[in-house]
Amino acid sequence: MNGPQDLGGMMGFGPVRPEADEPVFHAEWEKRALALTLACAALGEWNLDMGHHARESLPPAVYLSVSYYEIWTRALANMLAERGMVTRDEVTAARMLVPAVPTKKQKADRAQVAAALAKGSPYDRAVDQPARFALGERIVTKVIRPSTHTRLPRYARGKTGEIVAVHGAFVFPDSHAHGLGEQPHWCYGVKFSGRELWGADADASLEVIVDCWEPYLQDRAA
Amino acid sequence: MRALETVLLAKGYVDPAALDLIVETYETKIGPRCGALVVAKAWVDSAYRQRLLADGTAAVAELSFSGRQGEHLKVVENTRQVHNLVVCTLCSCYPWPVLGLPPVWYKSAPYRSRAVIDPRGVLADFGVTLPKDKTIRVWDSTAEMRYLVLPERPAGTEGWSEERLAELVTRDSMIGTGLPHPAGAAL
Repeated sequence: MNGPQDLGGMMGFGPVRPEADEPVFHAEWEKRALALTLACAALGEWNLDMGHHARESLPPAVYLSVSYYEIWTRALANMLAERGMVTRDEVTAARMLVPAVPTKKQKADRAQVAAALAKGSPYDRAVDQPARFALGERIVTKVIRPSTHTRLPRYARGKTGEIVAVHGAFVFPDSHAHGLGEQPHWCYGVKFSGRELWGADADASLEVIVDCWEPYLQDRAA
Repeated sequence: MRALETVLLAKGYVDPAALDLIVETYETKIGPRCGALVVAKAWVDSAYRQRLLADGTAAVAELSFSGRQGEHLKVVENTRQVHNLVVCTLCSCYPWPVLGLPPVWYKSAPYRSRAVIDPRGVLADFGVTLPKDKTIRVWDSTAEMRYLVLPERPAGTEGWSEERLAELVTRDSMIGTGLPHPAGAAL
């Protein structure tokens, strides 16, 4: 979706402000935001891509004005409420008002969480069809504007680039975020020149590589 | 946050000991020191460097670094001609097993918006100026690959141990917003 998360190329946010000796967390609640986000995701009621979509679905004015952990927290509360797991009234009251609903997976204990963090969740998948594009091939990204989740940023739509990596086949976020299954597709690293993306007066020394699933790409002549 | 946590605990969705473990893991165990050890090893061991560039996930696992947000790791090498910079314009994708959790600025609108259109301006915010003819290659982490920059080894470090070299490797040098400390830096 053309939401507030799609920031590449936007202007007016001011300088980047690096912080010397930055702590891992800036407040106790940030620790809880991280831990609850990961622990709740482990209940299996949503996947990574649904989580992304919940965050980008926050109102743009909110998304752009709060910290990243607050984006996580608001999206988490929304996903819990949508599934009836934790109601808005319960958050307001800070206590349980309705019974817990069954979840796809049981809550993980300390050992299970440690194992899950160490193992991760690989998203590559075997597919039957060969990759359609080859290294060095010139392609054009499609112009799309789904109101649903996508990982093709606006700045890289309708642009000519070169395949510089064939990463393998991966779960397709555009379907996975909406409960439509994994539908794995080949994923490529596509290199664009700064001038292709930003115009003739762009920095001639700039290259941007965007990882693109095959459905985002078309033949140059198409 | 506290209200949400209270309700989640009361309803039995989460285990408090598991929550503490998540925080401990990323506060004390996993951080940029992990990535620095990878970089230092690549600087002294050319066969390891080759493996690292060919299959980042497998080579990093040789040092026992693996897991969430590092399932598909790609290492990109800085050279005299090319400087690499990593961003996630769409969210906050970052190679957790080697760098830990991302800094606030990495997740912020100023960085995510400008890294792909004005990377030299971003580098200037970090006090880094690169030659005008050096290629700036920006990796936007839009899919499942997570990127780690292998910076150039500082001059004057011939014969240094991996441990000593790792001290020169900063977090920002592995994102591409910085360079390693020079050999003479007082650390």
